[in-house]
Amino acid sequence: MSRTESVARTNGTKASKAAKPNKVGAAAEWADDRLGLATLAKKNLRKVFPDHWSFMLGEIALWSFIVLLLTGVFLTLWFRPSMVEVVYDGSYSQLRGIKMSEAYASSLHLSFDVRGGLLMRQMHHWAAMVFIAAMMVHLLRVFFTGAFRKPRELNWVIGSLLLLLGTLEGFTGYSLPDDLLSGTGIRAADGFMKSMPVVGTYMSFFLFGGEFPGDSIIPRLYTIHVLLIPGILLALIGAHMLLLVYHKHTQWPGPGRTEQNVVGYPMLPVYMAKAGGFFFVVFGVLGLMGALLTINPVWRFGPYNPAEVTAGSQPDWYMGWPDGALRIMPNWETHLWNNWTLSWNVFLPIIVLPGLMFTIVMMLPFLEQWITGDKREHHLLERPRNAPSRTGLMVALMTFYAILWMAGGNDILAIKLKLSINQITYFNRAAVFIGPVIAFFITRRWCISLQRADNDKLLHGLESGVIMRDAQGGYTEKHIPLPVDKAYTLTARARDEVYVPDSEADENGVNAPGARLNKLRSRFSRLWYGDNIQKPTKAELEEGHHHAELEEAHDAPLEGHAADGHQFDGRHDIEDEHLSRQHD
Amino acid sequence: MRLITSLIRRTVGRLSAGRRSRLAAPLVLLLGLLITGGMYAALSPASATKAADEDQVAKGRALFLVGCASCHGKNAEGITTVKGGQYGPPLVGVGAAAVDFQVGTGRMPLAQPGDQALRKAPVYDQDEIEALSAFVASLGPGPAIPEKSEYDYSKVSNEEMVRGGEFFRTNCTACHNFAGAGGALPRGRFAPSLNGVSAKHMYEAMLTGPQQMPVFSDQVLTPEDKLQIISYLKKNEATPAYGGFTLGSLGPVSEGLFAWLVGIGVLVGFAVWIAANPARSTRKKPTA
Ligand code: HEC
Ligand code: HEC
Ligand code: HEM
Repeated sequence: MSRTESVARTNGTKASKAAKPNKVGAAAEWADDRLGLATLAKKNLRKVFPDHWSFMLGEIALWSFIVLLLTGVFLTLWFRPSMVEVVYDGSYSQLRGIKMSEAYASSLHLSFDVRGGLLMRQMHHWAAMVFIAAMMVHLLRVFFTGAFRKPRELNWVIGSLLLLLGTLEGFTGYSLPDDLLSGTGIRAADGFMKSMPVVGTYMSFFLFGGEFPGDSIIPRLYTIHVLLIPGILLALIGAHMLLLVYHKHTQWPGPGRTEQNVVGYPMLPVYMAKAGGFFFVVFGVLGLMGALLTINPVWRFGPYNPAEVTAGSQPDWYMGWPDGALRIMPNWETHLWNNWTLSWNVFLPIIVLPGLMFTIVMMLPFLEQWITGDKREHHLLERPRNAPSRTGLMVALMTFYAILWMAGGNDILAIKLKLSINQITYFNRAAVFIGPVIAFFITRRWCISLQRADNDKLLHGLESGVIMRDAQGGYTEKHIPLPVDKAYTLTARARDEVYVPDSEADENGVNAPGARLNKLRSRFSRLWYGDNIQKPTKAELEEGHHHAELEEAHDAPLEGHAADGHQFDGRHDIEDEHLSRQHD
Repeated sequence: MRLITSLIRRTVGRLSAGRRSRLAAPLVLLLGLLITGGMYAALSPASATKAADEDQVAKGRALFLVGCASCHGKNAEGITTVKGGQYGPPLVGVGAAAVDFQVGTGRMPLAQPGDQALRKAPVYDQDEIEALSAFVASLGPGPAIPEKSEYDYSKVSNEEMVRGGEFFRTNCTACHNFAGAGGALPRGRFAPSLNGVSAKHMYEAMLTGPQQMPVFSDQVLTPEDKLQIISYLKKNEATPAYGGFTLGSLGPVSEGLFAWLVGIGVLVGFAVWIAANPARSTRKKPTA
């Protein structure tokens, strides 16, 4: 039904008259006359969003951030960021009469004596865990599909910053309740800071306002947690979304989808309905988790006491990987002169490694761009198999991460899998180096094989599983030609161009400027692209089609004499076909 | 106590009246010894006073020879392997409490040598356990099986229970975890979960320090401290999980697992579902 038709039909026979002005409508009109929002909105509300489940991963992060803001504001109404010592006299009898900081007492108060307080605490914490996890899977989606390429590099950088800040925000939040785990975490952070040569001690004294623990760390972390980082997060999320709208969404290649357009649903109403619905789904799932699953049962840990520690002291999962690095790091220290200790065992895994990894992640788009020399704009996504080295690189990074994760949970793994914690450590020490390399090569090979399979489909069609026997007694398998739109989608990708430096030297034998770097670059580019399978050329495709025709011709005489079952070879209408011998 | 000292003083006073007596000094000494000995007999742990029932010891020895001697030796002197390791350590002086704990929790008789003797269904019934304990106790003095009054936590006040929590967090959580859910130790060993362990066995565990666990003697944790710890643990067992499913009370690792599997898993499932359902229009297809 065309647009005009539908208008005509719904108009009916009577002349239309303006609807009775209702109050809301009138108010909206009043506002619009002054703000001119409607025109602005119309343009933006007609923005188009393509539909694919993986495009909603970022939304999980966005909606859980909203849940964090809502529940976090609730928590601030009762939480007291103070380290003043008080005697607990609330409902939880196991701690009644104990001296503790006001922060911890108010967390207990929130948990037991504020209606809905425990639910809010648990929702807040689950939302934090899901928020960062969602950012990470979103990052993976963006990387694996090549959505980070020009012109979206900057949004990748913003995204990485969001991940970093989210992690810091989570850590500061985890430290607020001032229970045994919080305190153990802050104590560890103090040690990490002090492992930095020269500046470490000064930084620690600066942060804690003197010797650890002092009495200002909780109020300071509180300001950072509820004001500073959320503010920056909000600003960055805003910039992230603006850039998204400005660049428009990427899309998968397919018939009708090009580098110049975006095919999908308009922002209003379809996309809004879906996204809005999704917000309630996220809210609902986090609500259920908060209601049913215990998280951070602060009352069981007891107040922080530097003399105590508990088995299972771990950070939240997003800090688990540096913790793992710390756990498998050999105990290296250097003693300079007499009273100078360089604690490599802490400094390397906790300060250097995360900084390095974060820089690498942030620089990935630029790294790839430099290697491939690809400066074109890309709005169509690439399937992970069509960028085998890129895919392999990320899988290698994921493997690295996963192994450090395992190392971070080594004690839990040991008791749950009945393993020796020592063996887990030895294994991880080796695996953290070997694992990523193996993962890289397996993934790359796997992608290349998938590319081959795609080319086979393009050139020979789909395997039908029907085996034909001809008069000579030879056997062939019938192939079904690939539907045109599928074939289009498979071929809608550019050929990889290995970077070749223009010329190494001019006619006088003088090296071109930067020649050495270019040579390195072309070597990387060859490694990056070298083994990829390119899509078939036009000639190859024609050859393939020709082959299919021959196959058809070859099969033609068998037509009608076909053995029972050949009617199901995919080339015939099978509406009324039966096997001639019915099985009963 | 005051009574006794005044008694001594009075006796000594009377004796010193006949100061010349050459018997005075030895008499005082003898009396002193008698009193100390009597006091020791009256106030020392039950094991020393409870006249070991000869029958029970004999029964225990018989059971021991069948079930335990292969590892611990016929006289519980221990058996050393060729390499200098031990099939079973000597049990002289480990006391009845150790036997009651080890056999009562099913750890002994050890099923197979391994990193750690594991808890399992007890092989012996209560009579036999008592007989075995009596036999081992007869070999040398050691901690006795605690009296019921020592581990009966029903009369512990809330304040004392809270104190028990402090002791627990200071002495035990490093190995057994904040919720007593257990934790890993080096080389495949572990501190087991404390949930569901009987009060008597808790007391004996502290008293005898099985395997990797340190001994918490009465000098380190007084009997009252021990009782308070037990009452804290029992109170936790009786407390509902306020936050919902506890996820094993293992700390952030299991929480992270749930955030990924349940949180991200379910939400990505919903995303796939939403994207797979194209926008539907409620308008009917035109019939024309
Ligand atoms: C298969 C060999 C084996 C058998 C059978 C065995 N034990 Fe043991 N037992 C051991 C070993 C080994 C240890 C030391 C465990 C450790 O510390 O890791 C031990 C430890 C003990 C201890 C703790 C000693 C201490 O220092 O606290 C007691 C008590 C004990 N056994 C009693 C018994 C009794 C009673 C029996 C018979 C019912 C028995 N065992 C049967 C091997 C055995
Ligand atoms: C150094 C680590 C360590 C510390 C500290 C420790 N334990 Fe243990 N505990 C263990 C180990 C290991 C075992 C298992 C021994 C075995 O299997 O024979 C154990 C066993 C127990 C058991 C027996 C559990 C069962 O399954 O029968 C109890 C009860 C117990 N401990 C209580 C305590 C209490 C109470 C404290 C604090 C006063 C404490 N432990 C401190 C390591 C420790
Ligand atoms: C701007 C909005 C936010 C506010 C106002 C806020 C506020 C708070 C407050 C008051 C607490 C202490 C609650 C308690 O007693 O347990 C807290 C804890 C916490 N916050 Fe936030 N927060 C906000 C955003 C975030 C974000 C974005 C994250 C995650 C990345 C986060 C992660 C945490 C965590 C992990 C805790 C510990 C909770 C617990 O132990 O139960 N918060 N937050």
